[in-house]
Amino acid sequence: MKFLYRNPTRASWAEDYSFLNNDLDKSAKEKLEKDKEGLRIKKSYLKVSDLNIYIHKAHILKNVNIEIPDKKITCIIGPSGCGKSTLLKTFNRLIDDTEGIKYEGSILVDDTDIFDKKTEITDIRKKMGLLSQRPCPLPMSIYDNIAFGCKMHGERNRKKLNEIVEEQLKAVGLWEEVKNRLHAPASKLSIGQQQRLCLARGLAVEPEFILADEATSALDPISSKHIEELFVKLKQDYTIILVTHTLRQALRIADHVIFMYLGEVIEAGPADEVFNNPKQELTRKYLEGAFS
Amino acid sequence: MRLKFIEEKIAKGLMVVASLAVFAFVVNIIYTIFRRGFPALNWEMISQIPAGGYYNGGGGGILNAIIGSLYIVLGSTFLGLLISIPVVFYLNVYLKKDSKLAYVARLAFDVLFGIPSIVYGAFAFTIMIYLGMHTSLGGGILVITLLVIPIFIRSMDEVAQQLPKDLLDSTYALGATKLETIKVVLRQIAPGIATATLLSVGRAIGDAAGVMFTAGFTDSIPTSLGQPAATLPLSVFFQLSSPNADVQDRAYSAALILIFIVLVISILGRLITNHFSKHKI
Repeated sequence: MKFLYRNPTRASWAEDYSFLNNDLDKSAKEKLEKDKEGLRIKKSYLKVSDLNIYIHKAHILKNVNIEIPDKKITCIIGPSGCGKSTLLKTFNRLIDDTEGIKYEGSILVDDTDIFDKKTEITDIRKKMGLLSQRPCPLPMSIYDNIAFGCKMHGERNRKKLNEIVEEQLKAVGLWEEVKNRLHAPASKLSIGQQQRLCLARGLAVEPEFILADEATSALDPISSKHIEELFVKLKQDYTIILVTHTLRQALRIADHVIFMYLGEVIEAGPADEVFNNPKQELTRKYLEGAFS
Repeated sequence: MRLKFIEEKIAKGLMVVASLAVFAFVVNIIYTIFRRGFPALNWEMISQIPAGGYYNGGGGGILNAIIGSLYIVLGSTFLGLLISIPVVFYLNVYLKKDSKLAYVARLAFDVLFGIPSIVYGAFAFTIMIYLGMHTSLGGGILVITLLVIPIFIRSMDEVAQQLPKDLLDSTYALGATKLETIKVVLRQIAPGIATATLLSVGRAIGDAAGVMFTAGFTDSIPTSLGQPAATLPLSVFFQLSSPNADVQDRAYSAALILIFIVLVISILGRLITNHFSKHKI
Protein backbone atom coordinates (compact mmCIF):
# COMPACT_ATOMS: atom_id res chain seq x y z
CA MET A 1 0.00 0.00 0.00
CA LYS A 2 2.88 2.29 0.86
CA PHE A 3 3.97 2.71 -2.74
CA LEU A 4 0.82 4.68 -3.45
CA TYR A 5 2.08 7.50 -1.25
CA ARG A 6 5.55 7.39 -2.68
CA ASN A 7 4.11 7.91 -6.10
CA PRO A 8 5.88 11.05 -7.41
CA THR A 9 2.71 12.55 -8.82
CA ARG A 10 1.20 12.45 -5.41
CA ALA A 11 4.29 13.39 -3.46
CA SER A 12 3.33 16.99 -2.95
CA TRP A 13 -0.21 16.10 -2.16
CA ALA A 14 0.95 13.67 0.43
CA GLU A 15 3.25 16.26 1.98
CA ASP A 16 0.60 18.96 2.04
CA TYR A 17 -1.87 16.76 3.70
CA SER A 18 0.56 14.77 5.73
CA PHE A 19 -1.64 15.23 8.79
CA LEU A 20 -4.29 13.20 7.02
CA ASN A 21 -1.83 10.67 5.82
CA ASN A 22 -1.65 8.60 8.96
CA ASP A 23 -5.35 8.21 9.25
CA LEU A 24 -5.78 7.45 5.59
CA ASP A 25 -2.97 5.01 5.73
CA LYS A 26 -4.48 3.26 8.68
CA SER A 27 -8.00 2.95 7.33
CA ALA A 28 -6.76 2.04 3.88
CA LYS A 29 -4.54 -0.61 5.40
CA GLU A 30 -7.44 -2.00 7.37
CA LYS A 31 -9.60 -2.02 4.32
CA LEU A 32 -6.90 -3.75 2.36
CA GLU A 33 -6.40 -6.33 5.08
CA LYS A 34 -10.10 -6.94 5.05
CA ASP A 35 -10.15 -7.29 1.29
CA LYS A 36 -7.22 -9.61 1.45
CA GLU A 37 -8.93 -11.67 4.09
CA GLY A 38 -12.03 -11.78 1.95
CA LEU A 39 -10.04 -12.67 -1.11
CA ARG A 40 -8.16 -15.33 0.71
CA ILE A 41 -11.31 -17.13 1.72
CA LYS A 42 -12.88 -16.57 -1.63
CA LYS A 43 -9.82 -17.83 -3.41
CA SER A 44 -10.40 -21.48 -2.73
CA TYR A 45 -13.87 -21.62 -1.49
CA LEU A 46 -15.70 -24.83 -2.13
CA LYS A 47 -19.36 -25.19 -1.40
CA VAL A 48 -21.59 -28.11 -2.34
CA SER A 49 -25.33 -27.50 -2.39
CA ASP A 50 -28.09 -30.05 -2.91
CA LEU A 51 -25.86 -32.35 -4.87
CA ASN A 52 -27.50 -35.48 -6.21
CA ILE A 53 -25.72 -37.96 -8.40
CA TYR A 54 -27.29 -40.81 -10.29
CA ILE A 55 -25.43 -43.44 -12.24
CA HIS A 56 -27.94 -45.11 -14.52
CA LYS A 57 -30.79 -45.39 -12.04
CA ALA A 58 -28.78 -45.84 -8.87
CA HIS A 59 -28.87 -42.84 -6.54
CA ILE A 60 -25.22 -42.55 -5.55
CA LEU A 61 -25.08 -39.24 -3.71
CA LYS A 62 -28.16 -37.97 -1.90
CA ASN A 63 -28.66 -34.31 -1.11
CA VAL A 64 -25.13 -33.47 -0.21
CA ASN A 65 -24.70 -30.05 1.40
CA ILE A 66 -21.23 -29.32 2.66
CA GLU A 67 -18.64 -26.58 2.80
CA ILE A 68 -14.97 -27.30 2.67
CA PRO A 69 -12.94 -24.97 4.88
CA ASP A 70 -10.09 -23.12 3.32
CA LYS A 71 -6.45 -24.15 3.92
CA LYS A 72 -7.36 -27.08 6.11
CA ILE A 73 -7.27 -30.82 5.83
CA THR A 74 -10.76 -32.17 5.36
CA CYS A 75 -11.14 -35.91 5.72
CA ILE A 76 -14.08 -37.71 4.17
CA ILE A 77 -14.65 -40.93 6.06
CA GLY A 78 -17.21 -43.69 5.83
CA PRO A 79 -17.56 -47.36 5.00
CA SER A 80 -16.80 -48.72 1.52
CA GLY A 81 -19.31 -47.83 -1.16
CA CYS A 82 -20.69 -44.82 0.69
CA GLY A 83 -19.87 -42.46 -2.17
CA LYS A 84 -16.70 -40.87 -0.77
CA SER A 85 -14.69 -41.35 -3.93
CA THR A 86 -17.60 -40.36 -6.13
CA LEU A 87 -17.91 -37.10 -4.22
CA LEU A 88 -14.19 -36.46 -4.55
CA LYS A 89 -14.19 -37.18 -8.26
CA THR A 90 -17.15 -34.89 -8.71
CA PHE A 91 -15.09 -31.96 -7.44
CA ASN A 92 -12.85 -32.08 -10.52
CA ARG A 93 -15.54 -33.64 -12.69
CA LEU A 94 -13.55 -36.76 -13.43
CA ILE A 95 -16.89 -38.42 -12.88
CA ASP A 96 -18.04 -37.06 -16.26
CA ASP A 97 -16.67 -40.03 -18.14
CA THR A 98 -18.74 -42.51 -16.19
CA GLU A 99 -21.43 -44.17 -18.23
CA GLY A 100 -24.98 -43.01 -17.42
CA ILE A 101 -24.02 -40.23 -15.03
CA LYS A 102 -26.53 -37.53 -14.13
CA TYR A 103 -26.12 -34.75 -11.62
CA GLU A 104 -28.27 -32.15 -9.94
CA GLY A 105 -27.34 -29.33 -7.62
CA SER A 106 -24.27 -27.17 -7.62
CA ILE A 107 -20.68 -27.08 -6.50
CA LEU A 108 -19.27 -23.60 -6.15
CA VAL A 109 -15.55 -23.11 -6.49
CA ASP A 110 -14.45 -19.49 -6.33
CA ASP A 111 -18.12 -18.58 -6.90
CA THR A 112 -18.22 -20.45 -10.21
CA ASP A 113 -20.52 -23.38 -10.51
CA ILE A 114 -18.43 -26.25 -11.84
CA PHE A 115 -21.50 -27.73 -13.52
CA ASP A 116 -22.16 -24.52 -15.41
CA LYS A 117 -21.93 -25.07 -19.16
CA LYS A 118 -19.73 -22.01 -19.51
CA THR A 119 -17.16 -23.30 -17.06
CA GLU A 120 -14.10 -24.74 -18.74
CA ILE A 121 -13.61 -28.20 -17.37
CA THR A 122 -9.83 -27.99 -17.75
CA ASP A 123 -9.76 -24.85 -15.60
CA ILE A 124 -11.51 -26.68 -12.79
CA ARG A 125 -9.19 -29.62 -13.05
CA LYS A 126 -6.14 -27.40 -13.08
CA LYS A 127 -7.33 -25.99 -9.76
CA MET A 128 -7.63 -29.46 -8.25
CA GLY A 129 -4.53 -31.56 -7.91
CA LEU A 130 -5.44 -35.23 -7.76
CA LEU A 131 -3.60 -37.93 -5.90
CA SER A 132 -5.01 -41.34 -6.69
CA GLN A 133 -5.02 -44.51 -4.66
CA ARG A 134 -2.15 -46.13 -6.54
CA PRO A 135 0.61 -43.84 -7.63
CA CYS A 136 0.28 -43.36 -11.34
CA PRO A 137 3.31 -41.62 -12.82
CA LEU A 138 3.11 -40.67 -16.48
CA PRO A 139 5.12 -42.87 -18.84
CA MET A 140 7.98 -40.38 -18.98
CA SER A 141 11.11 -39.42 -17.10
CA ILE A 142 10.97 -37.98 -13.59
CA TYR A 143 11.68 -34.53 -14.99
CA ASP A 144 9.01 -34.75 -17.69
CA ASN A 145 6.43 -35.97 -15.22
CA ILE A 146 6.58 -32.62 -13.49
CA ALA A 147 7.24 -30.49 -16.54
CA PHE A 148 4.40 -32.10 -18.51
CA GLY A 149 1.62 -30.11 -16.86
CA CYS A 150 3.51 -26.82 -17.07
CA LYS A 151 4.37 -27.36 -20.72
CA MET A 152 0.76 -28.18 -21.42
CA HIS A 153 -0.32 -24.90 -19.85
CA GLY A 154 2.10 -22.98 -22.02
CA GLU A 155 5.38 -22.80 -20.09
CA ARG A 156 8.16 -23.30 -22.64
CA ASN A 157 11.11 -21.61 -21.00
CA ARG A 158 13.71 -24.30 -20.16
CA LYS A 159 15.17 -22.35 -17.26
CA LYS A 160 11.77 -21.71 -15.74
CA LEU A 161 10.85 -25.39 -16.12
CA ASN A 162 14.07 -26.45 -14.41
CA GLU A 163 13.22 -24.14 -11.53
CA ILE A 164 9.69 -25.49 -11.23
CA VAL A 165 10.88 -29.09 -11.27
CA GLU A 166 13.44 -28.43 -8.58
CA GLU A 167 11.04 -26.41 -6.46
CA GLN A 168 8.27 -29.00 -6.56
CA LEU A 169 10.59 -31.94 -5.99
CA LYS A 170 11.93 -30.10 -2.96
CA ALA A 171 8.40 -29.38 -1.76
CA VAL A 172 7.70 -33.12 -1.56
CA GLY A 173 11.15 -33.99 -0.23
CA LEU A 174 12.18 -35.94 -3.30
CA TRP A 175 14.88 -33.65 -4.67
CA GLU A 176 17.80 -35.11 -2.73
CA GLU A 177 16.79 -38.63 -3.73
CA VAL A 178 16.43 -38.05 -7.46
CA LYS A 179 18.48 -34.97 -8.38
CA ASN A 180 21.12 -37.12 -10.06
CA ARG A 181 18.71 -39.12 -12.17
CA LEU A 182 16.06 -36.64 -13.25
CA HIS A 183 15.91 -38.20 -16.70
CA ALA A 184 15.47 -41.76 -15.52
CA PRO A 185 12.04 -43.35 -16.08
CA ALA A 186 9.60 -42.48 -13.32
CA SER A 187 8.53 -46.12 -13.15
CA LYS A 188 11.93 -47.00 -11.69
CA LEU A 189 11.15 -45.14 -8.46
CA SER A 190 9.83 -46.98 -5.42
CA ILE A 191 6.09 -46.85 -4.93
CA GLY A 192 6.35 -44.32 -2.10
CA GLN A 193 8.61 -42.10 -4.19
CA GLN A 194 6.19 -42.43 -7.10
CA GLN A 195 3.35 -41.17 -4.94
CA ARG A 196 5.40 -38.15 -3.88
CA LEU A 197 6.30 -37.56 -7.52
CA CYS A 198 2.59 -37.59 -8.38
CA LEU A 199 1.98 -35.04 -5.66
CA ALA A 200 4.78 -32.84 -7.01
CA ARG A 201 3.38 -33.21 -10.52
CA GLY A 202 0.01 -32.01 -9.28
CA LEU A 203 1.55 -29.07 -7.40
CA ALA A 204 3.47 -27.96 -10.48
CA VAL A 205 0.31 -26.74 -12.22
CA GLU A 206 -0.42 -24.49 -9.22
CA PRO A 207 -3.67 -25.92 -7.93
CA GLU A 208 -5.64 -24.54 -5.02
CA PHE A 209 -6.96 -27.85 -3.82
CA ILE A 210 -5.40 -31.24 -3.37
CA LEU A 211 -7.80 -34.11 -3.75
CA ALA A 212 -6.44 -37.34 -2.35
CA ASP A 213 -8.32 -40.57 -2.87
CA GLU A 214 -7.00 -42.98 -0.26
CA ALA A 215 -3.61 -41.75 -1.30
CA THR A 216 -1.71 -43.79 1.24
CA SER A 217 -3.56 -47.09 1.12
CA ALA A 218 -1.14 -48.70 -1.36
CA LEU A 219 1.96 -47.46 0.46
CA ASP A 220 4.12 -48.94 3.17
CA PRO A 221 3.81 -47.38 6.65
CA ILE A 222 6.90 -45.21 6.31
CA SER A 223 5.92 -43.83 2.91
CA SER A 224 2.40 -43.12 4.09
CA LYS A 225 3.74 -41.31 7.14
CA HIS A 226 5.83 -39.25 4.77
CA ILE A 227 2.76 -38.35 2.70
CA GLU A 228 0.78 -37.47 5.83
CA GLU A 229 3.53 -35.16 7.00
CA LEU A 230 3.54 -33.53 3.61
CA PHE A 231 -0.19 -32.91 3.81
CA VAL A 232 0.21 -31.23 7.17
CA LYS A 233 2.98 -29.06 5.73
CA LEU A 234 1.07 -28.28 2.52
CA LYS A 235 -2.13 -27.17 4.22
CA GLN A 236 -0.57 -23.73 4.70
CA ASP A 237 -0.94 -23.15 0.99
CA TYR A 238 -3.53 -25.62 -0.20
CA THR A 239 -6.94 -26.85 0.76
CA ILE A 240 -6.63 -30.58 1.14
CA ILE A 241 -9.53 -32.98 0.78
CA LEU A 242 -8.70 -36.50 1.75
CA VAL A 243 -10.79 -39.61 1.34
CA THR A 244 -9.61 -42.22 3.75
CA HIS A 245 -10.43 -45.68 4.95
CA THR A 246 -8.05 -45.43 7.85
CA LEU A 247 -9.79 -43.75 10.75
CA ARG A 248 -6.48 -43.44 12.55
CA GLN A 249 -5.16 -41.38 9.68
CA ALA A 250 -8.16 -39.08 9.88
CA LEU A 251 -7.61 -38.80 13.64
CA ARG A 252 -3.99 -37.87 13.13
CA ILE A 253 -4.29 -35.19 10.50
CA ALA A 254 -7.88 -34.06 9.95
CA ASP A 255 -8.98 -30.53 10.83
CA HIS A 256 -12.44 -31.06 9.50
CA VAL A 257 -14.32 -34.31 9.08
CA ILE A 258 -17.18 -35.37 6.86
CA PHE A 259 -18.79 -38.67 7.66
CA MET A 260 -20.76 -40.31 4.88
CA TYR A 261 -22.99 -43.33 4.89
CA LEU A 262 -24.84 -44.82 1.90
CA GLY A 263 -24.49 -41.70 -0.19
CA GLU A 264 -25.57 -39.27 2.47
CA VAL A 265 -23.54 -36.89 4.58
CA ILE A 266 -24.39 -37.93 8.12
CA GLU A 267 -22.21 -35.50 9.96
CA ALA A 268 -19.71 -32.80 9.12
CA GLY A 269 -17.74 -30.54 11.38
CA PRO A 270 -14.42 -29.77 13.04
CA ALA A 271 -12.39 -32.88 13.77
CA ASP A 272 -12.46 -32.83 17.59
CA GLU A 273 -16.18 -32.23 17.61
CA VAL A 274 -16.95 -35.13 15.31
CA PHE A 275 -14.45 -37.49 16.88
CA ASN A 276 -14.98 -36.69 20.55
CA ASN A 277 -18.58 -35.69 20.59
CA PRO A 278 -20.47 -37.01 17.56
CA LYS A 279 -24.02 -35.76 17.32
CA GLN A 280 -25.32 -38.67 15.32
CA GLU A 281 -25.77 -42.19 16.55
CA LEU A 282 -24.41 -43.58 13.25
CA THR A 283 -21.22 -41.59 13.48
CA ARG A 284 -20.69 -42.75 17.04
CA LYS A 285 -21.15 -46.37 16.04
CA TYR A 286 -18.76 -46.05 13.14
CA LEU A 287 -16.14 -44.32 15.23
CA GLU A 288 -16.28 -46.83 18.06
CA GLY A 289 -14.08 -49.10 16.00
CA ALA A 290 -11.39 -46.45 15.96
CA PHE A 291 -11.42 -45.55 19.60
CA SER A 292 -11.68 -48.96 21.18
CA MET B 1 -1.88 -87.63 -6.74
CA ARG B 2 -0.51 -90.21 -9.16
CA LEU B 3 -3.15 -89.29 -11.76
CA LYS B 4 -2.35 -85.59 -11.48
CA PHE B 5 1.29 -86.37 -12.02
CA ILE B 6 0.56 -88.30 -15.25
CA GLU B 7 -1.78 -85.54 -16.42
CA GLU B 8 0.96 -82.99 -15.93
CA LYS B 9 3.43 -85.14 -17.87
CA ILE B 10 1.04 -85.65 -20.80
CA ALA B 11 0.10 -81.97 -20.99
CA LYS B 12 3.72 -80.92 -20.94
CA GLY B 13 4.56 -83.51 -23.59
CA LEU B 14 1.81 -82.21 -25.88
CA MET B 15 3.03 -78.65 -25.52
CA VAL B 16 6.57 -79.67 -26.40
CA VAL B 17 5.34 -81.62 -29.44
CA ALA B 18 3.28 -78.65 -30.65
CA SER B 19 6.20 -76.26 -30.23
CA LEU B 20 8.57 -78.63 -32.00
CA ALA B 21 6.13 -79.11 -34.88
CA VAL B 22 5.97 -75.36 -35.47
CA PHE B 23 9.70 -75.04 -35.15
CA ALA B 24 10.25 -77.95 -37.59
CA PHE B 25 8.05 -76.29 -40.19
CA VAL B 26 9.92 -73.01 -39.97
CA VAL B 27 13.31 -74.72 -40.11
CA ASN B 28 12.18 -76.80 -43.06
CA ILE B 29 10.97 -73.79 -45.04
CA ILE B 30 14.08 -71.78 -44.34
CA TYR B 31 16.28 -74.77 -45.10
CA THR B 32 14.60 -75.34 -48.49
CA ILE B 33 14.91 -71.70 -49.43
CA PHE B 34 18.48 -71.61 -48.24
CA ARG B 35 19.50 -74.84 -49.97
CA ARG B 36 18.16 -73.78 -53.36
CA GLY B 37 18.55 -70.05 -53.05
CA PHE B 38 21.94 -69.52 -51.43
CA PRO B 39 24.09 -71.03 -54.21
CA ALA B 40 22.32 -68.84 -56.76
CA LEU B 41 22.69 -65.71 -54.66
CA ASN B 42 25.36 -63.28 -55.75
CA TRP B 43 26.11 -59.59 -55.66
CA GLU B 44 24.83 -59.07 -59.18
CA MET B 45 21.36 -60.17 -58.09
CA ILE B 46 21.15 -57.56 -55.36
CA SER B 47 22.82 -54.71 -57.14
CA GLN B 48 21.41 -54.79 -60.66
CA ILE B 49 18.09 -54.57 -62.42
CA PRO B 50 17.13 -57.40 -64.78
CA ALA B 51 19.01 -57.41 -68.05
CA GLY B 52 17.32 -58.56 -71.24
CA GLY B 53 16.10 -62.16 -71.04
CA TYR B 54 16.60 -62.31 -67.28
CA TYR B 55 13.58 -64.55 -66.82
CA ASN B 56 14.98 -66.97 -69.35
CA GLY B 57 18.31 -67.24 -67.61
CA GLY B 58 19.88 -63.95 -68.78
CA GLY B 59 22.03 -61.65 -66.63
CA GLY B 60 21.09 -58.94 -64.17
CA GLY B 61 19.40 -58.95 -60.79
CA ILE B 62 16.28 -58.06 -58.89
CA LEU B 63 17.20 -54.65 -57.54
CA ASN B 64 14.01 -53.32 -59.14
CA ALA B 65 11.91 -55.64 -56.96
CA ILE B 66 13.91 -54.96 -53.78
CA ILE B 67 13.57 -51.20 -54.18
CA GLY B 68 9.93 -51.45 -55.25
CA SER B 69 9.06 -53.57 -52.22
CA LEU B 70 10.87 -51.23 -49.86
CA TYR B 71 9.10 -48.20 -51.35
CA ILE B 72 5.73 -49.85 -50.97
CA VAL B 73 6.44 -51.05 -47.42
CA LEU B 74 7.74 -47.68 -46.26
CA GLY B 75 4.93 -45.74 -47.94
CA SER B 76 2.14 -47.96 -46.72
CA THR B 77 3.52 -48.25 -43.18
CA PHE B 78 3.80 -44.48 -42.93
CA LEU B 79 0.31 -43.88 -44.31
CA GLY B 80 -1.08 -46.73 -42.25
CA LEU B 81 0.31 -45.29 -39.01
CA LEU B 82 -0.93 -41.85 -39.95
CA ILE B 83 -4.46 -43.15 -40.37
CA SER B 84 -4.60 -45.80 -37.64
CA ILE B 85 -3.23 -43.85 -34.68
CA PRO B 86 -6.07 -41.30 -34.72
CA VAL B 87 -8.59 -44.13 -35.08
CA VAL B 88 -7.17 -46.04 -32.11
CA PHE B 89 -6.95 -42.83 -30.08
CA TYR B 90 -10.56 -42.00 -30.85
CA LEU B 91 -11.80 -45.50 -30.07
CA ASN B 92 -10.06 -45.63 -26.72
CA VAL B 93 -9.99 -42.10 -25.38
CA TYR B 94 -13.02 -40.36 -26.84
CA LEU B 95 -15.51 -43.20 -26.96
CA LYS B 96 -16.84 -44.74 -23.79
CA LYS B 97 -16.11 -48.37 -22.99
CA ASP B 98 -19.51 -49.68 -24.04
CA SER B 99 -19.97 -47.39 -27.04
CA LYS B 100 -21.93 -48.97 -29.89
CA LEU B 101 -19.84 -47.15 -32.49
CA ALA B 102 -16.65 -48.62 -31.02
CA TYR B 103 -18.22 -52.08 -31.07
CA VAL B 104 -19.26 -51.80 -34.71
CA ALA B 105 -15.91 -50.30 -35.70
CA ARG B 106 -13.95 -53.12 -34.03
CA LEU B 107 -16.17 -55.69 -35.71
CA ALA B 108 -15.62 -54.02 -39.06
CA PHE B 109 -11.85 -54.02 -38.61
CA ASP B 110 -11.96 -57.70 -37.66
CA VAL B 111 -13.79 -58.43 -40.90
CA LEU B 112 -11.39 -56.30 -42.92
CA PHE B 113 -8.54 -58.20 -41.28
CA GLY B 114 -9.80 -61.41 -42.83
CA ILE B 115 -10.45 -60.17 -46.37
CA PRO B 116 -7.95 -61.66 -48.84
CA SER B 117 -5.57 -59.22 -50.42
CA ILE B 118 -6.73 -60.04 -53.94
CA VAL B 119 -10.08 -58.49 -53.00
CA TYR B 120 -8.33 -55.32 -51.83
CA GLY B 121 -6.41 -55.39 -55.11
CA ALA B 122 -9.57 -55.69 -57.18
CA PHE B 123 -11.27 -52.99 -55.12
CA ALA B 124 -8.35 -50.59 -55.41
CA PHE B 125 -8.11 -51.39 -59.12
CA THR B 126 -11.68 -50.25 -59.74
CA ILE B 127 -10.97 -47.05 -57.84
CA MET B 128 -7.83 -46.52 -59.88
CA ILE B 129 -9.75 -46.98 -63.12
CA TYR B 130 -12.35 -44.54 -61.89
CA LEU B 131 -9.62 -42.01 -61.12
CA GLY B 132 -7.89 -42.68 -64.42
CA MET B 133 -4.74 -44.04 -62.76
CA HIS B 134 -2.46 -46.66 -64.34
CA THR B 135 -0.72 -49.43 -62.47
CA SER B 136 1.79 -47.52 -60.43
CA LEU B 137 3.82 -47.30 -57.25
CA GLY B 138 1.16 -44.95 -55.86
CA GLY B 139 -1.54 -47.52 -56.55
CA GLY B 140 0.53 -50.22 -54.87
CA ILE B 141 1.08 -48.09 -51.79
CA LEU B 142 -2.63 -47.31 -51.70
CA VAL B 143 -3.76 -50.92 -51.74
CA ILE B 144 -1.13 -52.09 -49.25
CA THR B 145 -2.13 -49.23 -46.95
CA LEU B 146 -5.72 -50.49 -47.10
CA LEU B 147 -4.41 -53.96 -46.35
CA VAL B 148 -2.34 -53.01 -43.30
CA ILE B 149 -4.75 -50.55 -41.67
CA PRO B 150 -6.88 -53.30 -40.06
CA ILE B 151 -3.70 -54.95 -38.76
CA PHE B 152 -2.46 -51.68 -37.35
CA ILE B 153 -5.75 -50.78 -35.76
CA ARG B 154 -6.60 -54.13 -34.25
CA SER B 155 -3.18 -54.83 -32.81
CA MET B 156 -2.74 -51.32 -31.42
CA ASP B 157 -6.29 -51.37 -30.13
CA GLU B 158 -5.65 -54.54 -28.13
CA VAL B 159 -2.87 -52.73 -26.30
CA ALA B 160 -4.73 -49.44 -26.01
CA GLN B 161 -7.69 -51.17 -24.39
CA GLN B 162 -5.38 -52.04 -21.51
CA LEU B 163 -4.64 -48.35 -20.88
CA PRO B 164 -4.95 -47.84 -17.13
CA LYS B 165 -7.91 -45.58 -16.37
CA ASP B 166 -5.89 -44.03 -13.58
CA LEU B 167 -3.33 -42.87 -16.11
CA LEU B 168 -5.92 -41.00 -18.16
CA ASP B 169 -7.51 -39.63 -14.99
CA SER B 170 -4.15 -38.39 -13.74
CA THR B 171 -3.58 -36.60 -17.02
CA TYR B 172 -7.05 -35.05 -17.00
CA ALA B 173 -6.49 -33.98 -13.40
CA LEU B 174 -3.57 -31.87 -14.55
CA GLY B 175 -5.99 -29.95 -16.75
CA ALA B 176 -5.38 -31.82 -19.98
CA THR B 177 -8.00 -31.94 -22.68
CA LYS B 178 -8.59 -35.30 -24.31
CA LEU B 179 -6.38 -34.31 -27.22
CA GLU B 180 -3.55 -33.37 -24.89
CA THR B 181 -3.51 -36.87 -23.42
CA ILE B 182 -2.20 -38.17 -26.76
CA LYS B 183 1.40 -37.69 -25.67
CA VAL B 184 0.81 -39.89 -22.65
CA VAL B 185 -1.25 -42.46 -24.54
CA LEU B 186 1.30 -42.83 -27.34
CA ARG B 187 4.13 -43.38 -24.92
CA GLN B 188 2.14 -45.93 -23.00
CA ILE B 189 1.13 -47.94 -26.08
CA ALA B 190 4.53 -47.57 -27.81
CA PRO B 191 5.26 -51.33 -27.58
CA GLY B 192 1.88 -51.99 -29.18
CA ILE B 193 2.63 -49.58 -32.00
CA ALA B 194 5.94 -51.32 -32.62
CA THR B 195 4.39 -54.79 -32.68
CA ALA B 196 1.66 -53.57 -34.99
CA THR B 197 4.26 -52.05 -37.29
CA LEU B 198 6.25 -55.29 -37.44
CA LEU B 199 3.14 -57.31 -38.24
CA SER B 200 2.15 -54.83 -40.92
CA VAL B 201 5.57 -54.74 -42.49
CA GLY B 202 5.55 -58.53 -42.66
CA ARG B 203 2.20 -58.54 -44.38
CA ALA B 204 3.01 -55.60 -46.65
CA ILE B 205 6.29 -56.95 -47.93
CA GLY B 206 4.97 -60.45 -48.46
CA ASP B 207 1.81 -59.60 -50.33
CA ALA B 208 1.66 -60.56 -53.99
CA ALA B 209 -2.00 -60.56 -54.96
CA GLY B 210 -2.78 -57.01 -53.87
CA VAL B 211 0.03 -55.40 -55.84
CA MET B 212 -0.42 -57.53 -58.94
CA PHE B 213 -3.13 -55.31 -60.45
CA THR B 214 -2.18 -52.09 -58.75
CA ALA B 215 1.59 -51.70 -58.73
CA GLY B 216 2.11 -53.87 -61.78
CA PHE B 217 5.57 -55.17 -62.57
CA THR B 218 8.47 -53.63 -64.37
CA ASP B 219 12.15 -54.17 -64.92
CA SER B 220 13.13 -50.63 -64.02
CA ILE B 221 13.22 -48.81 -60.70
CA PRO B 222 10.32 -46.36 -60.34
CA THR B 223 11.33 -42.73 -60.06
CA SER B 224 7.89 -41.32 -59.31
CA LEU B 225 4.61 -42.43 -57.76
CA GLY B 226 3.06 -42.62 -61.23
CA GLN B 227 5.36 -45.32 -62.54
CA PRO B 228 4.75 -49.03 -62.11
CA ALA B 229 6.85 -50.81 -59.52
CA ALA B 230 8.12 -54.37 -59.16
CA THR B 231 7.81 -56.25 -55.88
CA LEU B 232 9.73 -59.16 -54.41
CA PRO B 233 6.83 -61.64 -54.07
CA LEU B 234 5.85 -61.08 -57.71
CA SER B 235 9.47 -61.41 -58.72
CA VAL B 236 9.56 -64.76 -56.91
CA PHE B 237 6.35 -65.74 -58.66
CA PHE B 238 7.55 -64.89 -62.17
CA GLN B 239 10.88 -66.65 -61.69
CA LEU B 240 9.26 -69.73 -60.19
CA SER B 241 6.96 -69.99 -63.20
CA SER B 242 9.98 -70.39 -65.45
CA PRO B 243 10.70 -73.91 -66.71
CA ASN B 244 14.42 -73.16 -66.37
CA ALA B 245 15.83 -74.68 -63.14
CA ASP B 246 18.47 -71.92 -62.80
CA VAL B 247 15.80 -69.26 -62.89
CA GLN B 248 13.77 -71.21 -60.32
CA ASP B 249 16.79 -71.21 -58.04
CA ARG B 250 16.97 -67.45 -58.42
CA ALA B 251 13.38 -67.32 -57.16
CA TYR B 252 14.58 -68.94 -53.96
CA SER B 253 17.38 -66.38 -53.73
CA ALA B 254 14.79 -63.63 -54.02
CA ALA B 255 12.78 -65.27 -51.24
CA LEU B 256 15.92 -65.41 -49.15
CA ILE B 257 16.46 -61.69 -49.65
CA LEU B 258 12.86 -61.07 -48.66
CA ILE B 259 13.26 -63.08 -45.46
CA PHE B 260 16.46 -61.25 -44.69
CA ILE B 261 14.79 -57.86 -45.11
CA VAL B 262 11.97 -58.91 -42.76
CA LEU B 263 14.54 -60.16 -40.26
CA VAL B 264 16.47 -56.88 -40.31
CA ILE B 265 13.28 -54.83 -39.95
CA SER B 266 12.14 -57.03 -37.04
CA ILE B 267 15.41 -56.67 -35.18
CA LEU B 268 15.42 -52.92 -35.76
CA GLY B 269 11.81 -52.80 -34.62
CA ARG B 270 12.62 -54.63 -31.39
CA LEU B 271 15.50 -52.28 -30.66
CA ILE B 272 13.37 -49.23 -31.29
CA THR B 273 10.56 -50.66 -29.14
CA ASN B 274 12.90 -51.26 -26.24
CA HIS B 275 14.06 -47.70 -26.51
CA PHE B 276 10.54 -46.26 -26.49
CA SER B 277 8.99 -48.54 -23.91
CA LYS B 278 11.50 -47.88 -21.15
CA HIS B 279 9.10 -45.33 -19.67
CA LYS B 280 6.05 -47.58 -19.79
CA ILE B 281 4.26 -47.83 -16.48
